[in-house]
Amino acid sequence: MSELQFYGAGFPYLNIQDCPGKLIVLEGSDGVGRSTQTQLLRRWLEDEGYAVSDTGLRRSDLTQEGLEEAKKGHTLGRITMSLFYATDFADRLENQIIPALQAGFVVLSDRYFYSIMARDVARGADPEWARKLYGFALKPDLVLYLKADVSDLLSRLIHGRGLNYWEAGMDMHSSDNLYDSFLDYQSKLTGLFDQMAQTYGFVTVDAGRPIMDVFGDLQEHIRTLLEDQQTDLEDEMT
Amino acid sequence: MLRKNDTPGKLIIVEGIDGSGKSTQIDLLYKWLRAQGHSVYFSEWNSSALVKSTTKRAKKRKSFTPTTFSLLQCTDFADRWENRILPLLKAGVIVLADRYAYTAFGRDVARGVDRVWVRNLYSFAMQPDVALFFRVPLDIAIQRITSARASLKYYEAGMDLKLSESRIESFELFQARILDEYDRMVDEFGLTVIDGTLTVQAQQRLMREIVKQELKGWKGLPIPEGTPEILRQPEHE
Repeated sequence: MSELQFYGAGFPYLNIQDCPGKLIVLEGSDGVGRSTQTQLLRRWLEDEGYAVSDTGLRRSDLTQEGLEEAKKGHTLGRITMSLFYATDFADRLENQIIPALQAGFVVLSDRYFYSIMARDVARGADPEWARKLYGFALKPDLVLYLKADVSDLLSRLIHGRGLNYWEAGMDMHSSDNLYDSFLDYQSKLTGLFDQMAQTYGFVTVDAGRPIMDVFGDLQEHIRTLLEDQQTDLEDEMT
Repeated sequence: MLRKNDTPGKLIIVEGIDGSGKSTQIDLLYKWLRAQGHSVYFSEWNSSALVKSTTKRAKKRKSFTPTTFSLLQCTDFADRWENRILPLLKAGVIVLADRYAYTAFGRDVARGVDRVWVRNLYSFAMQPDVALFFRVPLDIAIQRITSARASLKYYEAGMDLKLSESRIESFELFQARILDEYDRMVDEFGLTVIDGTLTVQAQQRLMREIVKQELKGWKGLPIPEGTPEILRQPEHE
């Protein structure tokens, strides 16, 4: 991305001239294997000689404490929560992701605002309001959507780190137990991701397969993106 | 335009640049309304406990950008809206607010965020029943602020905008931009302009007259009989 593109007005006060990096986003539900794939991709890209930043993984320093406190207290209203998460995302975008892109890094972002938006809309936020709210967000060069059946996710999580309160959407009180709540909530999220895949042009990757098969697919999509850039550069030089 | 207030409560807000005298006026109005026997709740801009630690940290580190500043202040407003303002309006209380969404429309746009974007942010809020804009010329406001305060704070002076090295000069330029935004909003949101150069008493008389008109024939949430004066504020802390 030599010229940054935004979903809406972006950051009108920022004047960014040159941005040689690439923003690659991995999206998908909890337990779909995003963080494993991010690790694999990072190592591979570094082997290939790219400077990689996985800065999107971490919470921003700005809101971390406040968000943890808020989660503990459960006193946050729906709109307040949406806005708090948006603040956190904006901080990461402006203070970490954009500077890394300006420095020519390949930024691997484990999730992006699409996840936050899905989370909000599943809890009743007005989709149009949420879409406009994220008008400041940068358009990624590539969004890889790891998609798996909810039953696959369940079996992975149960044999892995277990089900947790927030991933199961227990705060929505749709059910009295983690299992049913997880099924209900994650199905809802999958539906929303499928819609967004259309709207925002995600590349959907079947994540219900062995790790290395999924990795192979991701590599191919990323290779195509980076090779296009290479060709552009060579064209410029001749 | 914001959506209409469809609750039994009344929402009365004041706006204006720093030094316009609006806080003095709403404080007097608050006391007067309580003395009249109304249930009144007062809400101040940027006062939610929830985001306090975050705001403090960001101010100290100067890590706010115009967008995160805008989003965090809206988070603060949303918390007050969802947990206090809206529930109390639904109960039939008079809610007074020192600054409202218009403050964000003024300040955040002066900082450089998009006008349409910030209006969407606050679109969950309702149009107040009474919205008073205390208008004073820039030089008077600045004189009031600088004589009352030893020093201006970094964000208050708009130093993050890098308009000037001098805090006073930066403050003047920043407030001038905000004043321009307020002037645009008078028609857009139907703000009632009060001349902030009048005496405090004259302004208060005008304000009470406007509020009296608004409350004519209106019955709010009654205060339980025998409630001691000190407990008459809903949700007092």
